[in-house]
Amino acid sequence: MGATFVGMPPFPEAARTALADTRLRRNLGHATATIRAKRAAVVAELDDWEDLRRQAAAVKDETLTHLDEHLLTLEAALTERGAIVHWARDAADACAVVAEVARAHGIDEVVKVKSMATQEIGLNEALAARGIAAWETDLAELIVQLGDDLPSHILVPAIHRGRSEIREIFRTRMAAAGRPAPDDLTDDPAALAGAARLHLREKFLAARMAVSGANFAVAETGTLVVVESEGNGRMCLTLPEVLVSVVGIEKVVPTYADLDLFLRLLPRSSTGERMNPYTSTWAGVTPGDGPQEVHVVLLDNGRTRALADEYARQVLRCIRCSACLNVCPVYERVGGHAYGSVYPGPIGAILNPLLKGVGSDPVTDSLPYASTLCGACGDVCPVAIDIPGILVHERVKVVDAHRGDRPKAEALAMRAAAWGLGEAGRMALGEKVSGLVGRLPRRRGMPGGRGALSWLPFPGSRWTGARDLPTPPVESFRAWWRRAGRDEEVRR
Amino acid sequence: MTVAVMATCLGDAMFPDAPRATVRLLRRLGVDVAVPDAQTCCGQPMVNTGYLDEAVPLVRTTVGAFEGYEAVVVPSGSCAGSVRHQHRLVAERSGDAALADGVARLAPRTYELSEFLVDVLGVTDVGATFTHRVTYHPTCHSLRMLRVGDRPLRLLREVRGIDLVDLPGAEECCGFGGTFAVKNADTSVAMGSDKARHVRETGAEVLVAGDASCLMHVGGLLSRQRAGVRTMHLAEVLASTAEHPAGER
Amino acid sequence: MSARDDVLAAVRAALGPERRPAVEVDRAYRGRDPLPAGAGVVDLFVERVEDYRATVTRCTAADLVDAVAQALGGAARVVVPDGLDLDVPGAVPDDALTATALDAVDAVVTRATLGIAETGTVVLDHGPGQGRRALSLVPDLHVCVVEAGQVVRGVTDAVARLDPVRPQTWVSGPSATSDIELDRVEGVHGPRRLHVVLVEG
Repeated sequence: MGATFVGMPPFPEAARTALADTRLRRNLGHATATIRAKRAAVVAELDDWEDLRRQAAAVKDETLTHLDEHLLTLEAALTERGAIVHWARDAADACAVVAEVARAHGIDEVVKVKSMATQEIGLNEALAARGIAAWETDLAELIVQLGDDLPSHILVPAIHRGRSEIREIFRTRMAAAGRPAPDDLTDDPAALAGAARLHLREKFLAARMAVSGANFAVAETGTLVVVESEGNGRMCLTLPEVLVSVVGIEKVVPTYADLDLFLRLLPRSSTGERMNPYTSTWAGVTPGDGPQEVHVVLLDNGRTRALADEYARQVLRCIRCSACLNVCPVYERVGGHAYGSVYPGPIGAILNPLLKGVGSDPVTDSLPYASTLCGACGDVCPVAIDIPGILVHERVKVVDAHRGDRPKAEALAMRAAAWGLGEAGRMALGEKVSGLVGRLPRRRGMPGGRGALSWLPFPGSRWTGARDLPTPPVESFRAWWRRAGRDEEVRR
Repeated sequence: MTVAVMATCLGDAMFPDAPRATVRLLRRLGVDVAVPDAQTCCGQPMVNTGYLDEAVPLVRTTVGAFEGYEAVVVPSGSCAGSVRHQHRLVAERSGDAALADGVARLAPRTYELSEFLVDVLGVTDVGATFTHRVTYHPTCHSLRMLRVGDRPLRLLREVRGIDLVDLPGAEECCGFGGTFAVKNADTSVAMGSDKARHVRETGAEVLVAGDASCLMHVGGLLSRQRAGVRTMHLAEVLASTAEHPAGER
Repeated sequence: MSARDDVLAAVRAALGPERRPAVEVDRAYRGRDPLPAGAGVVDLFVERVEDYRATVTRCTAADLVDAVAQALGGAARVVVPDGLDLDVPGAVPDDALTATALDAVDAVVTRATLGIAETGTVVLDHGPGQGRRALSLVPDLHVCVVEAGQVVRGVTDAVARLDPVRPQTWVSGPSATSDIELDRVEGVHGPRRLHVVLVEG
């Protein structure tokens, strides 16, 4: 577990490095195109998709508006069914609860179901620091863990890796973690999955404690839901004696019946399937079946900070499907690591600032700007989060948080532009000056006849480094209108 | 009715062919056109970069300049989107109730060019002639903020002599994104390079779009690559006639 | 203050004293048919289960025992849950078998609670005839008997019928992963083969 997001540079710099990684570009381009096509095909099967999205958003909004009541209902239902409920203000609280459960049973090894909440709180590192090994059992998480790497996608954390890299990781790293990879391992995905099966089966059969997250937590009945594909989730949720589930407080839905929306929206949005291979539900302890000691940790860790923003709290509707990552043209090119967080892509660009707050960390402050505001993310979001709107909203918060600082160049430029454009006379004057520039002779023309500006000093070089800019027109539109346009005859 | 043309700051100062063509096109269709002197910039660059206070005077100027016109036509999806969807935020920020009222009056009367032609004037054949091989890029804000759909393509299909070819991956963003183009220049260029490649694959002479900003970005890349493809605003193609072909003054 | 008090206080502070009125949820979607027009429910169920590269055998009640034996394809040791009303060749009763013992059997035969045509899913709530969850998880072949009358149209109907307090496993095809270059591979940790025996008539 060597890798960490701590100390990564702000988005533009991290993106520059990622853009130069040819293998990353190829792997991501292929993977995102594949999953986009799958999603589009299964979404097109449902003619009431837009209605389902709206209703799911309404269920989540209703829940968030009365979150305290739903959490108390959930706590009572879980307790009634034999689960032990814990509350965690932050990552440290939550990690301490998990570690304490392990310690109480003398356990120094746990198996894990893929869970964004436990990634977010750095649970594996916290357990390692207490001498407890946490083994990831999702194939992609295993690839990331064995490779001392970081996840780069919510659903497919090793999306940045290709098959030959994965073969190398398994060949060189599996032995140190348990059963080694077979000697004749090829890079065929079926062979790689087979190696993971053998390696992890030992761990599943021996495990006494598992840690999971939950996709949904039903307040009324205390039912937790885990949606997965490989069966590693079922192994963890079924075989060990002790199960601890770390659940963000926004995962609650009021009633079991509400799941009829989410179980239709989530698989189609995430893996592009009508239904994921396995969905497990359980409510507390079932005598004679599965773990006989069940803990649930209800996690805040910034969620109430997001909740306090009345407009942006809709981010807490997120069901972690990753559809927004797969359609994002920025994510497709730079990958997940550039976002410096376990939540990458458009949702990460708003969720991280909302969970952590803006104004203190340059990486977090750079995230709302990691978007062209093209809007593709908002269109695919199954719970209709206005991601582009929140991106702008968070940009405003970032700017406002720095209004007391010594103004940086961008702020000065914005103020100057606002002044220059604030009144038509000032703007016309500026256009006269730029028109003079347009009269200067140019060595090269752009197609269509305008002169080309191919080099500008900083910060204009940010543009001209790769793009020509047309020379300013000799006559602005405003000047043309006054000179000739106002009285021009109709042209046919 | 008298229709006001919103030139947009970029159109006025850098790409006057687009608003000029908008004026000529509307007049040809029998519309009485006004160009309010007081207009400058809708404030979108400030809003989208997070500078709401700085956008307040620009929104005030815009609302004042276009007060009283029955319709405002904008040859830009993103500026029309800014008036319709973002000015409200700026007015709220200003705390000025009169400004908020002005914004509420302006927003529903503001149309992107293709919306005005198809929905208000009810035309798709605008009597244009343009004898070139053309591909069309639907800009993100016209597509996903305004939902103009295929209106621009319906207009282009009726142009005499045009050889209109589909752009692969048309609905993917070109990478301009306002200040994104300089704040995240590397990513912006990576996206634009793919868009430029798709444009070249079509064999088109002219790349057409409804936003001068996106054209400035993709056109700048195509020019740097010596790709031999020029860019032209949708208004220029629609204003083009046999007697006054686009591209000539 | 305890973490519980702190979190609840933070939630209440975030929401403020005056909350927006409850958002209205329109449940009209529950009345709509999720299936393509004219599709037969059972036929579509079969088609969509097969879409996941699971195997489906259709049989009558009279042929069921034979069909299950066929589906087992010579599996020597087959664990059977309590309350399974079928004769299964090579049956090993679930005598509180450990996970390791389950790992040494070849197959499992269960019944199901319902099937979902919209998604090609079978749902187990692990009652009699279905067994505790580990039974249908550890062995490599899962033969699942579904009665045609148990097949519902969509996810909405399924949720309406299921008991939220019982543990459930929703199974759509064999275990699968797409974690390597988005290439789908069937068979990771759950049963690598799923064989649905559909009983009609």
